[in-house]
Amino acid sequence: MTEMATRGTIAEQHTHRDDRPFIRRYIFSTDHKIIGIQFLLMSLLFLLLGGMLAMLMRWQLGFPGRPLPIIGSLFPEAMVQNGIVLPEFYDSLVTMHGTFMVFFAIMPLLVGVFGNYLIPLKIGAPDMAFPRINMASFWLAVPAGVLMLAGFFVEGGHAAAGWTSYAPLSANSEYSGVSTGQIIWCISLIVLGLSSILGSFNYITTIINMRAPGMIWFRMPLSIWSLFITAILVLLAMPVLSGAIIMLLFDQTIGTHFFLPPKGGQPLLWQHLFWFFGHPEVYILILPAMGMASDIIANGSRKPIFGYVSMVLALLGIGVLGWGVWGHHMFMSGMNPTLGTGFMISTLLISVPSAIKVFNWMGTMWRGNIQFHVPMLHAVSFVAMFVIGGLSGVFMAASPVDIYIHDTYFIVAHLHYVLFGGSLFAIFASITYWYPKMFGRLMSPRWGKVHFWLTFVFYNLVFFPMHQLGLHGHMRRLYDPTQYEFLKPLQPLNTFISISAFLLFASQLIFAVNFIASWFTGAKAGPNPWHDNGLEWTLPSPPPHGNFAVTPTVYRGPYEYSSPLVEEDWLPQDRRLDRSPAPAPGGHR
Amino acid sequence: MTHGAIAASAGVMRPPVDREAGAGVYNEKLGMWVFLGSEVMFFTALIGSYIILRVAHPEMWAPPGKVLNVPITAVNTFLLICSSVTMVKAFASAQDGLQRPLCLWLLATCIIGATFVGVQAFEYHHLIEKGFVPSEGLYGSTFYTMTGFHGFHVSVGVICLSFVTWKAFRGKYTSTDHRGVEVVGLYWHFVDLVWIILFTIVYLI
Repeated sequence: MTEMATRGTIAEQHTHRDDRPFIRRYIFSTDHKIIGIQFLLMSLLFLLLGGMLAMLMRWQLGFPGRPLPIIGSLFPEAMVQNGIVLPEFYDSLVTMHGTFMVFFAIMPLLVGVFGNYLIPLKIGAPDMAFPRINMASFWLAVPAGVLMLAGFFVEGGHAAAGWTSYAPLSANSEYSGVSTGQIIWCISLIVLGLSSILGSFNYITTIINMRAPGMIWFRMPLSIWSLFITAILVLLAMPVLSGAIIMLLFDQTIGTHFFLPPKGGQPLLWQHLFWFFGHPEVYILILPAMGMASDIIANGSRKPIFGYVSMVLALLGIGVLGWGVWGHHMFMSGMNPTLGTGFMISTLLISVPSAIKVFNWMGTMWRGNIQFHVPMLHAVSFVAMFVIGGLSGVFMAASPVDIYIHDTYFIVAHLHYVLFGGSLFAIFASITYWYPKMFGRLMSPRWGKVHFWLTFVFYNLVFFPMHQLGLHGHMRRLYDPTQYEFLKPLQPLNTFISISAFLLFASQLIFAVNFIASWFTGAKAGPNPWHDNGLEWTLPSPPPHGNFAVTPTVYRGPYEYSSPLVEEDWLPQDRRLDRSPAPAPGGHR
Repeated sequence: MTHGAIAASAGVMRPPVDREAGAGVYNEKLGMWVFLGSEVMFFTALIGSYIILRVAHPEMWAPPGKVLNVPITAVNTFLLICSSVTMVKAFASAQDGLQRPLCLWLLATCIIGATFVGVQAFEYHHLIEKGFVPSEGLYGSTFYTMTGFHGFHVSVGVICLSFVTWKAFRGKYTSTDHRGVEVVGLYWHFVDLVWIILFTIVYLI
């Protein structure tokens, strides 16, 4: 009790006067909210960069052999000659688009940004369990990203073995012609892995040990549940990647033979290790999106989430099953086909908890008083796109079908439907939803809607036709489709996709401008602009250092919308109701 | 409607439970346990790869004791196990609030840990002179990666222990608050345990 009281006074002092110097406050800050915002700015920059790399690829695929307009002359000779992207540079583009998007954009956007920002606020804690380790986590991610960027400027070009870096191509520079770039790729990801591990054990400790009184496990918002399970996946999957990359790095630098066949090494071992990490990673990239979308959909529907407990169990189910499915990436690797059957069955099992979640989201919206604010639009389209991505995943999971469409544009379409259509729409939803809490101002709803509709339309125009390309046998990572006679009839489709992609990219600039401009000119948000029940909405926007002046007590779950007990259609988690329930005028609103 | 409201109120009106005990241990200890889970997965990746490669190519491994010096490493293993004992003694002294024994047991743990790393460096030097290098083949690749990363972990442990020892000499640990000693002890026992597994599968089998 005394401890709580002391914490309260400390928080109050900080509310009134925050005399930390600028550097401790905004640069090397230990405040989880600042670290979350730092991750947000960093990963949005990498998201933009990853998008630009994709645009270069789309130009080459849509208009092979045509010089890049305007920017063609800006690149060095080793990358672009006479305005035409060289095949070696194209391979680096493919590799780095994947690497940046997975490790430096989507993963930090979901885990780094919202893990940091939401966990202490939503469970009623003053900060993370280990604030300085949290700061170290961010300041390891930055050099990792800078190092990864530096790889573009070294001799031999950047890593070009794909984001999966399959050995032996990646393990020996004689095979790929890339030496320094691949080494940089390895070191950067080892550093980033350390950063993720530091972040994740911090999250786990905080959620287990620092919940406010009354915040029992089954009153936690689904966003916190999903971040908790994600943190466990990060904690256990990242070290496996680090171990594998260390072996790959030793193969390149000190001449070990882990993945090189001439002296008994096994290329297939790399694939097993990579995908043993890689498939939990897939869920790392979607579970937080599911959790935050659940929060936003309940809020936008003004109804309690449908099937809260089954939502939690589905998250747990996905988190557990996700460890036993990695082989479905390897049906074509020469792995024992009997093993493939097992992986096929375990993979198909995962569609059960995923479908439970989809039906619960629809059950939440069913007959709700739906408010189509910008976060809700993004969250609903997250559900729709996740259904398409999930169903195309069932195609890939069935090994007889996969053998036909393996490594074609069908997989490109599938992974973008879950990563862009799934994760990124949920990220846009979450950013617009928690932006007022972070910066105290609302993002412009008008431009938010423009951005949403343009993104939604162009996104589908880009990625849906890719299913068709894949079924016609268009290989992924292909530099020039016109070199194959059977792909020539598909070239108009490729051009169409490229033009849509340019428009999709241009639409994102609306978001960027809205994000920056609203920081200065957005409407003042007030503490609770969305009439949400979570603990963070009881605080001023932005919340003070140390968060809660008095540790809140939690009386109920986070989804009590349209409760008959109160006048308003929301009921904050920490509001105490000790009088008899008020008569509900007019019934359910 | 009324019935529903009463049912809902029965849930809402439940008195708030107290702050959940969580894991029942303080943050630093819980955090270290969770972090060690991550370390287990790291060594699992290395050891798992070793097992797969060795099962696939048993002919690439020399019989035990032919290349590696088992007696010296056995003594080294014994030393490391002893350092776990001194660590336990240090923790027991901290619990009892015995300052002088705490400092001395911690110092002993540091010294034994550093000795272990020294002996390992000496062994590496000797092996490399004999021409057993990482690029020699799968045997060398796995040997140096696994024992090297274990040695790295021991070195990190010695650095952390030195810090804890320094704090102990300044009297920072009491019988009620000696979290640093306990947390570094957990890490130290883990590193010791990993070595027992590595010694068995790399040197003895």
